[in-house]
Amino acid sequence: MKNNITGTFKRGATVGTVTLGAMALLLTGCGQAPAPSGGNASGNAGAADYLGCIVSDSGGFDDQSFNQSSYEGLKKTVADTGIKMKEAQSTTKADFEPNLNQMTNAGCNLTFTVGFLLADATKKVATADPKSHFAIIDDSSIDLPNVKPIVYDTAQAAFLAGYTAASASKTGKVGTFGGINIPTVTVFMDGFAEGVAYYNEKNSKDVKVSGWDVASQQGVFTNTFDIIQEGTKATNNLINDGADVIMPVAGPLGKGAGDAILAANKNGKDVKLVWVDSDGYLTAPTYKSILLTSVIKTMGDAVESIVKDDLAGKYSATPYIGTLANGGVALAPFHDLDSAVSADTKTQLETIKKGIIDGSIKVESKSSPKK
Amino acid sequence: MSQQIETAKTPSPPAKESEGTHLVREIMSGNAVISVLAVVVALVIGGILIAVTDPRVSAASGYFFADPMATLSAIWSSISEAYGALWRGATYDPTARTWQGQLGIFETLTFATPLIFSGLAVTLAFRAGLFNIGAQGQIILGATFAGAVGFGMHLPPVVHLLVVILAGALGGAIWGGIAGFLKAKTGAHEVIVTIMLNYIAISLVLYLLKNQLKDPNSSNPISPQMDANALFPLLLGPNFRVHAGLILAILAVIGVAWLLNRSTLGFEYRAIGANPKAARTAGMLVSRGYITVMLISGALAGLAGVAQIAGTEKSLDSEIAGSIGFDAITVALLGRSKPWGTFFAALLFGAFKAGGTSMAVNADVSIDIVAVVQSLIVLFIAAPPLIRSIFRIKESRREGVSA
Repeated sequence: MKNNITGTFKRGATVGTVTLGAMALLLTGCGQAPAPSGGNASGNAGAADYLGCIVSDSGGFDDQSFNQSSYEGLKKTVADTGIKMKEAQSTTKADFEPNLNQMTNAGCNLTFTVGFLLADATKKVATADPKSHFAIIDDSSIDLPNVKPIVYDTAQAAFLAGYTAASASKTGKVGTFGGINIPTVTVFMDGFAEGVAYYNEKNSKDVKVSGWDVASQQGVFTNTFDIIQEGTKATNNLINDGADVIMPVAGPLGKGAGDAILAANKNGKDVKLVWVDSDGYLTAPTYKSILLTSVIKTMGDAVESIVKDDLAGKYSATPYIGTLANGGVALAPFHDLDSAVSADTKTQLETIKKGIIDGSIKVESKSSPKK
Repeated sequence: MSQQIETAKTPSPPAKESEGTHLVREIMSGNAVISVLAVVVALVIGGILIAVTDPRVSAASGYFFADPMATLSAIWSSISEAYGALWRGATYDPTARTWQGQLGIFETLTFATPLIFSGLAVTLAFRAGLFNIGAQGQIILGATFAGAVGFGMHLPPVVHLLVVILAGALGGAIWGGIAGFLKAKTGAHEVIVTIMLNYIAISLVLYLLKNQLKDPNSSNPISPQMDANALFPLLLGPNFRVHAGLILAILAVIGVAWLLNRSTLGFEYRAIGANPKAARTAGMLVSRGYITVMLISGALAGLAGVAQIAGTEKSLDSEIAGSIGFDAITVALLGRSKPWGTFFAALLFGAFKAGGTSMAVNADVSIDIVAVVQSLIVLFIAAPPLIRSIFRIKESRREGVSA
């Protein structure tokens, strides 16, 4: 009897749910059925059978950094060429290898692995499956005929940023800090410091760099990429030290730096921010008013061009090195702070850029990818 | 009227039973049928979620009345593709490009290995009436101890692996033993203590990874690679990840089954779990029982850490335990706190893990669905009356100490 009563309630609830569901369908289900079509009209025949795949590191595809830009690059490639794609997000290191194995099982022609953390797993899976192609971002430790390293000589673009910063500094001091003392971070800081030094040499000035010493490879590090407040703290220290252009190289901690600068400027300072990885004017619009420029790594373009090469049968394991010459790294426009950079400096920047591309100006960072 | 009579007939729970003990009894009193049904219902709800979130289904439902079959077939293909990929990834996938990749069953066994150990850890403590929520911390400590001797020492083959296994068990036993000791001596609730110890374990391993155990060649908080002699041998050669830890895990199942059902100590544990006061009256040392059961439980969880570090991961990092310690609780619940039940529940969860990746890649269904299904399983098992009312199963009660 007791069971029957609960049973009735249960049935009542089920009926209610079904009714609600039907109502929902009534409300939404009045559209027209599409006429059967012959599939998407896109790309050539080869592209439709081509499978491009991507495996993230533990940051996931929504990390506002290299996972996201590589992922968006592959998505764009899918839209442009009509290839198919598969994706797998890793949450821990233990996921790397199973995810990669799934990709080769699924028959991926080319698999992007994002980040040097995936180097071991990529090497293992690529060795076991020599017919599949791989490309690993921000790592050049693997020497296999089917693994293409994608690395960036960020120092070249950071050099231009350093030059710009030095020209815009009124206090005669610029600053930078990093997340962790690893090559992909310090390559920015090296280029920045060398750009400042080049400005001093050309213009007989003495602008100082606070937070990084190229010779000793030591400087200010927050030792985290997660705790935003550490970025604020490091930036406040640099401002108190007299720096008035600051380049944080610590991923999301750039927001902490931006907040510190906005607060300092309210109190009468005139400090500017240099963003890294993407054009901060577009990705971090909160800081538009203080954003001098950005040092850009164009990962999406690299992903797209490598897929297109592979599609055309031109895959090679020669490392892709993003440089000023191939547009893999670049200095962003000055946007709202265009007036802070003199016309002279702009002309000089163009000359320097040409100089770096033709090799007459050498930007040498210990952390630059080896050719 | 008749309802009142029915209620009167239902035996009321023993008056002096604490809330927690009653819950343990309630959960354990269900039978295997409830476990199976809980999995089925969870999969059905998971299927609904898969269908609802599939853009093809929502597109087709937009013209439901113009072409209802389109919606139904979209729902069908969405669910069958997802669960098909899950099943193939966990067992045998004829569409995979390499023969190694086709045999997903061995990935299932690989993922199941640490779950068997940690599930047994929770099961054993459960039978003595203790909720060991601290398998996560015990796994971390086990892996840390095993790692420290695994990459810090260089010993001959076999000997090194044995030392690693013992160190891992010791690490877990210490962490579990702390909770058992506090419970026995001060009455501190093991749930609170083990949860807190989980946090301490994760902070401790991070500290060690930044200092003493850090790989000097890496800038990341990660340990050096384990010595080759310290690793579990691979059972099926380099093409598969399944390793000798699985054999050790099966031996552990047999061992725990013997301990619980055939040994004096196991009888004491079950007696304490059924009613600690009666056990004390019968002359059993309840406090000693709490301490030893948590030592053994911790050691088993420590072995799960060994299976991770000496089996699949080969180096120590702060994510070494993944979600194994928490999955272990579900595995033990699903296995009805019986050693072999835990074994099969661990296999199922291993299959979810192996198949979940395949489902994410081949059917574009987020692997989070697997987490939802697992959570629903917990929900349905922790609420047996719910499952009973859905399927109209009569309540069965086990009396006293039973196997």
